[in-house]
Amino acid sequence: MAILEKTELAINAAGRMVPEMVNGRQQVPYAGVGKHQPRGDKAAPPIRTAADYPEGGDKRVADLETALRKCGLRDGMVISSHHHLRDGDRVALMALEAAARIGVKDLMWFPSASFPSQKGAIELMASGVIDRIEGSMNGPLGDYCTQGKMRGMGVLRSHGGRWQAIQDGEVHIDIAVIAAPTADAFGNCDGSHGKSACGSLGFALADSIYADHVIAVTDNLVAFPCIPWQIQGNNVDYVVTVDSIGDPAKIVSGTTQITRSPDRLRIAQLVALFLRDAGIMRNGFSFQAGAGGIALAFVSYLKQMMKEAGVKARFVRGGSTKYLVELLEEGLTDYILDGQTFDLSGVQSMANHPRHVATSPFTSYNYHGKGNFASLVDAVVLGATEVDANFNANVVTHSDGRLLHGIGGWQNCLAAGCTILAVPSFRDRIPVIVDQVTTLCGPGELIDVVVTERGIAINPCRQDLMNAVKGSKLPIRPLQEIKAEVERICGGKPQPANRSDRAVAIVKWVDGTVLDSVWQVG
Amino acid sequence: MSVGLETRAKQTGEAGHCGAEIRSDAHVRIEPREHGGIKIELESRVKPYYGDAIHRQTEEVLEALGVRHALVVIHDEGALPFVIAARIEAAARRAGFGADTRVLPDRVSLPEPSSRDRMRRSRLYVPGSEPRYFINAGLHGADAIILDLEDSVHPNEKDAARLLVRNALRAVDFLQCERMVRINQLPLGLEDLEEIVPESPDLILIPKLETPQQVIVASQKIAEIKADYGITRPIWLMPIIESALGIEKAYEIATASEDIVALTIGLEDYTADLGVVKTPAGAESLFARQRMVNAAHAAGVQAIDSVYGDVGDMDGLRAWGLNSRALGFEGMGCVHPLQIAVIHQAFAPTPAEIEKARKIVAAYHEAQQKGLGVVSLGSKMIDAPVVQRALKLMARAQAMGLVTRSFE
Repeated sequence: MAILEKTELAINAAGRMVPEMVNGRQQVPYAGVGKHQPRGDKAAPPIRTAADYPEGGDKRVADLETALRKCGLRDGMVISSHHHLRDGDRVALMALEAAARIGVKDLMWFPSASFPSQKGAIELMASGVIDRIEGSMNGPLGDYCTQGKMRGMGVLRSHGGRWQAIQDGEVHIDIAVIAAPTADAFGNCDGSHGKSACGSLGFALADSIYADHVIAVTDNLVAFPCIPWQIQGNNVDYVVTVDSIGDPAKIVSGTTQITRSPDRLRIAQLVALFLRDAGIMRNGFSFQAGAGGIALAFVSYLKQMMKEAGVKARFVRGGSTKYLVELLEEGLTDYILDGQTFDLSGVQSMANHPRHVATSPFTSYNYHGKGNFASLVDAVVLGATEVDANFNANVVTHSDGRLLHGIGGWQNCLAAGCTILAVPSFRDRIPVIVDQVTTLCGPGELIDVVVTERGIAINPCRQDLMNAVKGSKLPIRPLQEIKAEVERICGGKPQPANRSDRAVAIVKWVDGTVLDSVWQVG
Repeated sequence: MSVGLETRAKQTGEAGHCGAEIRSDAHVRIEPREHGGIKIELESRVKPYYGDAIHRQTEEVLEALGVRHALVVIHDEGALPFVIAARIEAAARRAGFGADTRVLPDRVSLPEPSSRDRMRRSRLYVPGSEPRYFINAGLHGADAIILDLEDSVHPNEKDAARLLVRNALRAVDFLQCERMVRINQLPLGLEDLEEIVPESPDLILIPKLETPQQVIVASQKIAEIKADYGITRPIWLMPIIESALGIEKAYEIATASEDIVALTIGLEDYTADLGVVKTPAGAESLFARQRMVNAAHAAGVQAIDSVYGDVGDMDGLRAWGLNSRALGFEGMGCVHPLQIAVIHQAFAPTPAEIEKARKIVAAYHEAQQKGLGVVSLGSKMIDAPVVQRALKLMARAQAMGLVTRSFE
């Protein structure tokens, strides 16, 4: 593909400038929440017959290079990988380097997320093996993209949006490479056992169902059947065994740690108090919280309040950590529905506890499904890099425009009954509450509450929440007022960012439309 | 604002901190030149957002300090404007400029003057040379914050910390907290007062006091500065007693000035003075603490306990606080915001105490209405001191928000 071309820009329903063509595909600009409703059929992989596969069920081949050749790897293909091994993953880069040895060009790498340890992909982009990454980018890969060095355009999707794009045929995966902590020779895969155990394999599920070809790569081959089979062997073409699929120390942290920062603890406590005083914390409720320092502390405060009030949750959504596992073990929740597993307690619990359930982005996040699981969750606690006075939020870029995070499940979670952003009001001297977010990732109408160390702001469109906490001791304040206070502290509004008018990546909304652009900087 | 006379020899001056571990501070180096005006080299993690603002501020502060020609190198780690100003001023003074000049940041409105007998359950220590802790110190619900110039500040940093604390008193809103400053041991503490008193702190802690004379010296200095600046609101005093001699003189110290509202004790120094080991149970300091409580009450001021240093041990803190309240202390120090809630709980009357006091107070009011001289509850006669104690306890419970409506 040619060097990134300048394409026509359109203004979408959120007032953001977005390209009309991206990587040769016509795009639909964001039209508003729930407005874009495509009809038609889902995509599907080609029909295969059992006659094409060994009768004994042994799908092993010598190595990844052989597997890729057998899959018919050619120029311009799409290779996908999942990120359950996080910064410890060795498989994605192993596959891309094998492709480079085969001599193909212009691949699209389609990871569910990329990590700093995969910075080797930069060389493969410079040499033309990889044209672009469609997936979250941060660290060195994020800088490479925002500096305009990637040839194709980056496409950032939420976890649910990635499923949607695959299912709707916007992305056709030619070859899925699945790192499997345990697998059998038939291709059944499990993430919760083995020396490289990571818990769930949910992010690879869509890839295994929709890709033309699927390669399972494992460092722990077991005799058939591999139980549980989170990925089903019926969808797998080839199995490759290697010495190590990843660095266990970087796959999960031994333990996740609650923040000790008093300011962050205060935010976490205010979030828990808000859920209690607004009446959201009640018998049978549900919530989601991730593995960030504030989120962990929030769970610990909420747990205490649940005990005091004798309240039990029906389910909690993970990213699981030992703090969620404790809720399950102490009978404070019936289920953990786990999308990914952050620490060893989470991995062990998923392997051993029948009500700690591995789930995929499909079951919770895909907006193009028959209902939206995410909207059944009563409350979700999220972070953000910026939020504006209309509650619009950014989670992917720094205020200077550089890519910082992937979207992850963040956009999908906005459908929860009460979406809470738990953020400091400023970091160092940089205000988090701004006039306009650098990159729009979440429309303000879906963000209900912003909790900062200086007070709690409720979205004016949630009068019900305003009424629910009336008379409580919570420090409820207009977001504008907190913003003004922070600007006084920081010495005025920050200078406007220096950015070009060349889009280097786009941010998709959960329905596949284009919500915003990431512009070249530096 | 007056411009100081440039009489001292000029040299390179630097102040502040920078580096990967440092946040919300800045390091400033000023190299005086003979000519060529001001040249600013700025490195900052917030340069894309506030680079222009930092340049403008640097020029303004240097001009006010009478620095005309210099190379100024700033490594900023996201310091807030009042911190940058203090760091530039400290570097300039160390370079020999602006000895008689103060460059003061904009002032947030002063809180209501603090009252003599306000609640002082918790006072949160904030090291005077660690500006990152300043801005949110008031958010954690302590009754007071102490900006510390003494033990937490290295001897070489006293001058710079003084400017930081002065600027913080002007520019930081500490919300409902009483604004306390711990100055250095006299006579160095008198220099601290020169910078601090003009910014109307609510209370000054004077450390290592052993004689009433020391209180008088400090209190006269404060009175002079207040008069110079036309400050009429009170600046209370809290002597810290940290030696065997100080304990012996506690009552005389507590009565040495009208402005004293509380006495407190420093156990690290006290146990060192005795040559004994400081233990968690604190048997070695029991006498000193009791003696201090008695002296404070005799003088009509509050008795405030020392700090509990182990931030990780909340159970130990709770036990210490409960014991402290039982001995007659009304509060203690905090070295971490997480300690505040535990301390407030420890110093709160229990529900049973409140219930009992409520009944006694009700019986007292009933007796008053009926014009009876004797208060009785059930079959028991209630003595006057018991009524007084119940009234005091209910007032305290109300101040802590434990009793929702007026019990009168």
